[in-house]
Amino acid sequence: MDGVATGAIYVLMALGFVLIFSVTRIVFVPFGDIAAFTALTLAALETKQFPGTVGLVAVLASAATVMELFSFWRAGAYARMPRALFFYLVLPLLPAAAVWLTSGLTLGAPLRIILTIALILPIAPLLDRIIFRPIADASVLLLLIVSVALHFALSGMGLIFFGPEGVRTQSLTDFSLMVAGVPISGETILIVAAAGVFCLMLYLFFEFTIQGKALQATAMNRTGARLMGIRPAHAGTVAFLLGSVMAAISGVLIAPVNTIFYDSGFIIGLKAFVGAIIGGLVSFPVTAIGSLFVGVLESFAAFQSSPFKEVTVFSLLIPVLLWRSYTLLQSEEDNEE
Amino acid sequence: MSAAQKRIVIAIAVLALAAAPYYLGAFTITLLNYIGVYALVALGLVLLTGIGGMVSFGQASFVGIAAYSTAWATAIMGYSPWLGLVLALVMTGLVAAILGGVTLKLGGHFLSLSTIAWGLAIYYSFGNIEGLGNYNGIASIPPITVGHYALTASDEIFYLIWAVLLVAMLGTHNMLNSRVGRAMRTLRGGNALVESLGINAFQVRLTTFVIAALMAAVAGWLYAHMTRFISPTPFDVHVSIEYLMMALVGGASHLLGAVVGAALIMLLKNSIQDWLPHIKDLNTEFLSGLSPSTLGRLETVIFALLFILFLQRARDGIVPYIAQWLPEPQREPPGEAEPLPRRDQPAKGTPLLQVDAAVRRFGGLVAVNDVSFEVRAGEILGLIGPNGAGKSTMFNLITGALPASNGRIVFAGHDITHSPQRAIARAGIARTFQHVKLRPKMSLLDNVLLGLYPRTRAGYIGSALGLDRAEERRARYEAMKQLERVGLGARPFELAGNLPLGNQRVLEIARALAADPVLLVLDEPAAGLRKQEKLALADLLRALRAEGLTILLVEHDMDFVMNLVDRIVVMDFGCKIAEGNPQAVRNDPRVQEAYLGGVA
Repeated sequence: MDGVATGAIYVLMALGFVLIFSVTRIVFVPFGDIAAFTALTLAALETKQFPGTVGLVAVLASAATVMELFSFWRAGAYARMPRALFFYLVLPLLPAAAVWLTSGLTLGAPLRIILTIALILPIAPLLDRIIFRPIADASVLLLLIVSVALHFALSGMGLIFFGPEGVRTQSLTDFSLMVAGVPISGETILIVAAAGVFCLMLYLFFEFTIQGKALQATAMNRTGARLMGIRPAHAGTVAFLLGSVMAAISGVLIAPVNTIFYDSGFIIGLKAFVGAIIGGLVSFPVTAIGSLFVGVLESFAAFQSSPFKEVTVFSLLIPVLLWRSYTLLQSEEDNEE
Repeated sequence: MSAAQKRIVIAIAVLALAAAPYYLGAFTITLLNYIGVYALVALGLVLLTGIGGMVSFGQASFVGIAAYSTAWATAIMGYSPWLGLVLALVMTGLVAAILGGVTLKLGGHFLSLSTIAWGLAIYYSFGNIEGLGNYNGIASIPPITVGHYALTASDEIFYLIWAVLLVAMLGTHNMLNSRVGRAMRTLRGGNALVESLGINAFQVRLTTFVIAALMAAVAGWLYAHMTRFISPTPFDVHVSIEYLMMALVGGASHLLGAVVGAALIMLLKNSIQDWLPHIKDLNTEFLSGLSPSTLGRLETVIFALLFILFLQRARDGIVPYIAQWLPEPQREPPGEAEPLPRRDQPAKGTPLLQVDAAVRRFGGLVAVNDVSFEVRAGEILGLIGPNGAGKSTMFNLITGALPASNGRIVFAGHDITHSPQRAIARAGIARTFQHVKLRPKMSLLDNVLLGLYPRTRAGYIGSALGLDRAEERRARYEAMKQLERVGLGARPFELAGNLPLGNQRVLEIARALAADPVLLVLDEPAAGLRKQEKLALADLLRALRAEGLTILLVEHDMDFVMNLVDRIVVMDFGCKIAEGNPQAVRNDPRVQEAYLGGVA
């Protein structure tokens, strides 16, 4: 049953991957890092330590603000500066201020979780502004290289801001259930339920809101979307925000069941990515099934021989890709030159 | 810079390298050894990324497979390091062929992302296999011996490393300026053109990938016998990105970029390592709390950020930046050589291409509905019709770019209905594209040479060794003739991207002619041409017909078509509505209706 729970977390992350990729063409490798940072932040709040996330967000927000102000200063658009200050500096730092204000108090678990998610949320959109916006026109491969480099930068910063210790947060629930003689922990039920709820919400968002339609349009055809008055940069920010939510939720869910280190995110993210590949980086439902499968396979592999658990999961990529290369008819012509 | 000057510069550089152990200290030589080994890996990446447009985050694991293979063979089994080299090459080549085989048919990012995954998988495998020393690694690897002489000291293996690197660079340079090298250079920018030239894009990709892996393998072998001790750490994924960084910072489109990049990153790394511990002396409260391992990570952070900044600001790299300030190399236009053998053209008037009840559906839309016609040898046939008539789809069915849903297409007696595009190209159908597909960063001559791919034989190894020179001379002469024939012979080394659109279309025709086709199929060749150019093009097509070449053209320009072609096929809404000589078609009421609307 553990497999299903891990699988459900991979589902959330893989959906985030697909979401960001389809809208922005960026394979957002640091996704897992953000999930890991969420777990570390939650643990810090739990033990009443000052979470390193505050420092990280402060650094990112300042960099983004400087870039934004600089570009307005060059364009002479002084009137737009206050708005930039608000969105890039004040808004991201609000949760940080809240953490600082409540540092002495004992907070309940739900409040801690909300505060954590609020702290984590700005990271991905800020990274988008600082790192990806200046090269939005680049090829998918260049964006990918930048994305991988960004992961290494982030995980290094993770060590500086969070330290090398691994954390595991308190269980969210100690409820458990017997189904046909098999014990099922409340944690598992909670994880699967949360994953289900968020998948449903994502589906509703895409199908029934104008914002969701705008994202879909951008994913299908950037130029076309632009002609319809959708700004790809704005759609990108929304996609990164949504992706952040997915990352933060999976971080909160995984924190009580796995010990998380500053660099655990990468491997978790990659496994989710294997699920996303099963879905061909485009299909949401197949991605979900694929990720569940990865989770189950992983727990079987861990049962058989734990040192080779990672190797087993990544070796799965080969048959999957082989299958994919025969089922996926190449969409022609991504002209690089 | 003339060829002679270039040789002098290279000779001085080689001499300076050869004498290096006499004027440089032991530390610098060791540094140079590392640079040489890393440059070899980066050279593979230049080939893979800069030339072939594929990105691998797994080069370090290829280095690792090779290093572990030779370490196992020599330190554990006690064989000679040379046997270790063979094992390293075989193992790495096999792994690369399998991994490339499953990923290279998919889009570019699939390959790249799976390289991360298998890079990690291989890293964990090294760390967890008992026989390979787990995470402790393998120690006491013997040095490489040449005869009875062991290359133990750093200034001894120095010569081997740099000799290997120079040979690899020379071979790569030769290969890139050959038939297969040009095929590699076309890989960026989509398969449509590559396959239409009769090139198997997948095979070229796979070979490029394996060659890059084999370069990493040789580097891994050198590395293992240079450091005499290996552990999994130097083969981790973050080292792969350092290799990628070397290639990109140096300039991935240039062979020298690999060496410049490797040297620069290595020096930068060294200076950061020297400089980082001093941060602690700054005595800031925050930084002094950091442990040494954290400082090591700080190095990664600085590196990654520098890399990102670099990619944002200067994607092309250092060598191309410097190269633009150097004098243009002087190149001689190709001289006369023995012409390449030509195909026999079929007898005039015999049926050459038969389209029999061809159907193509896109979902519910029938783009081509039960169309039959034939093209006879030696004629010019025009395929016309209003927008959306299905001409281009018909065109794609003939050239194999799209499979037909139904019906049969026979070319020169062979059923080509289900043949892949490249087989059709090899059978003698050469095409041009409605939206011009050239390689803008290659010269006119190189673009035309692409057309000669199926007519020449040289392979990868032969080209690298320079054994293809006689054939290459003949090919270049042929390409030059075609360029002159279409009126673009004045500046063969101009970049294709610098031509105006009209001339680019003409260049496509020269490329198609270079393939020595039996049937030339042209998709709107006159679009974007000025009046004079159109007349010249019509003259050229007439001259080709006089030589016995058969031409099928899809065209919108009625003047152009009516004065040129022998017969016309008219399509409307996917169906053939008329066929005959220009005069008869012009008078056909159905054609008039299709073009002008119903006669009220």
